[in-house]
Amino acid sequence: MSMIKKLTVSALLALGLSTSGALAAGGEGHVEDFDFSFEGPFGAYDVNQLQRGLQIYTEICSACHGLKFVPLRSLSDDGGPSLPEEQVIEYSKRYEVFDPELDDFRTAVPTDHFPSSTLENAPDLSLMAKARAGFHGPYGLGINQFFKGIGGPEYIASLLVSYTGEEKVQAGVTFYENTAFPGGWIAMAPPLYGDDVEFADGHSTELHHLAEDVAAFLMWTAEPKMMARKQAGFAGVLFLTLLAVLLYLTNKRIWAPVKRRVKENS
Amino acid sequence: MSGIPHDHYEPKSGGEKWLHRRLPVVGLLYDTLMIPTPKNLNWMWIWGIVLTFCLALQIITGIVLVMHYTPDTGLAFSSVEHIMRNVNGGYMLRYLHANGASLFFIAVYAHIFRGLYYGSYKAPREVTWIIGMLIYLLMMATAFMGYVLPWGQMSFWGATVITGLFGAIPFVGESLQTLLLGGPAVDNATLTRFFSLHYLFPFLIAGLVILHIWAFHSTGNNNPTGVEVRRTSKEEAEKDTLPFWPYFVMKDLFALAVILAVFFAVVGFMPNYLGHPDNYIEANPLATPAHIVPEWYFLPFYAILRAFTSDVWVVIIAETLTGGIIDAKFFGVLAMFGAIAVLAAVPWLDTSNVRSGRYRPMFKWWFWLLVIDFFALMWLGAMPAEEPYATFSLIASAYWFGYFLVIMPLLGVIEKPLPQPATIEEDYKAHYAKKTGGTKTIVEPAE
Repeated sequence: MSMIKKLTVSALLALGLSTSGALAAGGEGHVEDFDFSFEGPFGAYDVNQLQRGLQIYTEICSACHGLKFVPLRSLSDDGGPSLPEEQVIEYSKRYEVFDPELDDFRTAVPTDHFPSSTLENAPDLSLMAKARAGFHGPYGLGINQFFKGIGGPEYIASLLVSYTGEEKVQAGVTFYENTAFPGGWIAMAPPLYGDDVEFADGHSTELHHLAEDVAAFLMWTAEPKMMARKQAGFAGVLFLTLLAVLLYLTNKRIWAPVKRRVKENS
Repeated sequence: MSGIPHDHYEPKSGGEKWLHRRLPVVGLLYDTLMIPTPKNLNWMWIWGIVLTFCLALQIITGIVLVMHYTPDTGLAFSSVEHIMRNVNGGYMLRYLHANGASLFFIAVYAHIFRGLYYGSYKAPREVTWIIGMLIYLLMMATAFMGYVLPWGQMSFWGATVITGLFGAIPFVGESLQTLLLGGPAVDNATLTRFFSLHYLFPFLIAGLVILHIWAFHSTGNNNPTGVEVRRTSKEEAEKDTLPFWPYFVMKDLFALAVILAVFFAVVGFMPNYLGHPDNYIEANPLATPAHIVPEWYFLPFYAILRAFTSDVWVVIIAETLTGGIIDAKFFGVLAMFGAIAVLAAVPWLDTSNVRSGRYRPMFKWWFWLLVIDFFALMWLGAMPAEEPYATFSLIASAYWFGYFLVIMPLLGVIEKPLPQPATIEEDYKAHYAKKTGGTKTIVEPAE
């Protein structure tokens, strides 16, 4: 029985604590509104940006973080980084995965998923762009989220550019000051400084651009079917609007004699 | 079917007669579809069709989702990601199903408040109202259990908090909670039983929907005037009504198409707007999210639950009188269920003999205040439990109970209603004469 009580108590505690945490303006980090190509109903992923983001993820983030829900093969999917299949086969070879049938590690193939995080306290990044919110309120009304989006990728990009350079050691753990992180101090050391990678296409490697690129890539890992979804949305809205017009005219036609009779009699 | 005189199904061909003698199912469908419907129904009478559509949408998308989902704490979260990534059109199925729940609740709230304003719950439609309330309760249970299935952080902690409410019931609470959870805490047994019941309840809802329709087909629809259809002869009834098919089917389908266009825009362009980001983090019993919030459609009642803290005088009185059996937590639970109970009891709490709010000058004000109160509670349910929100929640909760328990019974006694039209036909004529700018025939009924 004590487990229930513990859980209930901590849950109720969280309800109370929610006060200070999520909504109070002071505790929340500052998130910059980056301008991503995939925003809005007409927005689409920028394939080059996704490929740059993949490169940053591979060379830097993957040292600690994983993408365990993302199949490697999906790197060649339409509406994603769209790598040629041979490249995906090549790319897969850089990872070692555990194969339960062999009971041993082996080189990854495209049908495998990206590996999980290697560091215990480094969260998996597959869904991070949907698991974080950048914009709130005002007053819990959701108006900002409606116009700016929920702000997951903005949160990630902001986090990467918002280190102040201050550090502190608490109970043997080093924390780094970050103005985008709720609470202001994060355990992750600054992963990007600018010029951390070199792009084949010669694209800018300024910190701001790197942050944006990797955030866009993580949006894709979180929502790989976004392009198809928006297309389905368009088809749906278009056909339903057309159907609504036809039904409006039908309805009007059906009711016309009834209304005419009323008018004539009155 | 209904007491309103109208033409019934006559089997014509030999085959039809053969079937009709053995199973009059065609006649049943015919009479259901051709039911005489008051011709002055306004656009607030479209929600029934929207709700029926929602139920069908949820059942169909749900059945396909089940083909790919795994109810196991170790696999549930990744099976949802499998649906989102690998199942053909899986992302649409899941987003339609998740947002479909929201559409369902938008429609049901519009439907309930329509009923409250036009007095659709009053005699002889109390049974329709009560069945509707049962459907609403089952909808809430189904939605709550469905939200647990993806096994995200909010699923887990929402389930922990809500089942914890049952634990607050004196004497039997802990056993009840253990029964609900299938063990001492939210775990695999909870997930599997919620999954089973989440699949079962929609079919119970479908059964109750049939009873709901049967009930109001027996009494006839209410209408914006609240005046009954004349039933003395078929000729008179036909002046007040039109058959459901095609007049109202087409009208409802048009409204449904407009609503679905908006719905598809939400699903296509902002499918996570109504969700919570924390639910994209896999459930972790060791990490409590910073902010546990239920889905938007539970917020008004959640605000009432939280409003009654141990320093509120009614809670103190209740605690003293019952020797501590009713503590603040249990009081909150009672208030939350009570808030729905008073809604269900409104046919007996409303003492006015005028049905439609249109002819009740004082009622109108209190009604719209209740609508504002409902939205205020919804907003307060999402706000942190601190001042000034705690006081606001208490005031808003007090109004919710005050409306049903004090205002409704009193208004019927003190209010002087406006004159009502004698017939639906009269109301319909007055409306269209006004609209077309023709000769005005606004009827002044003799008092």
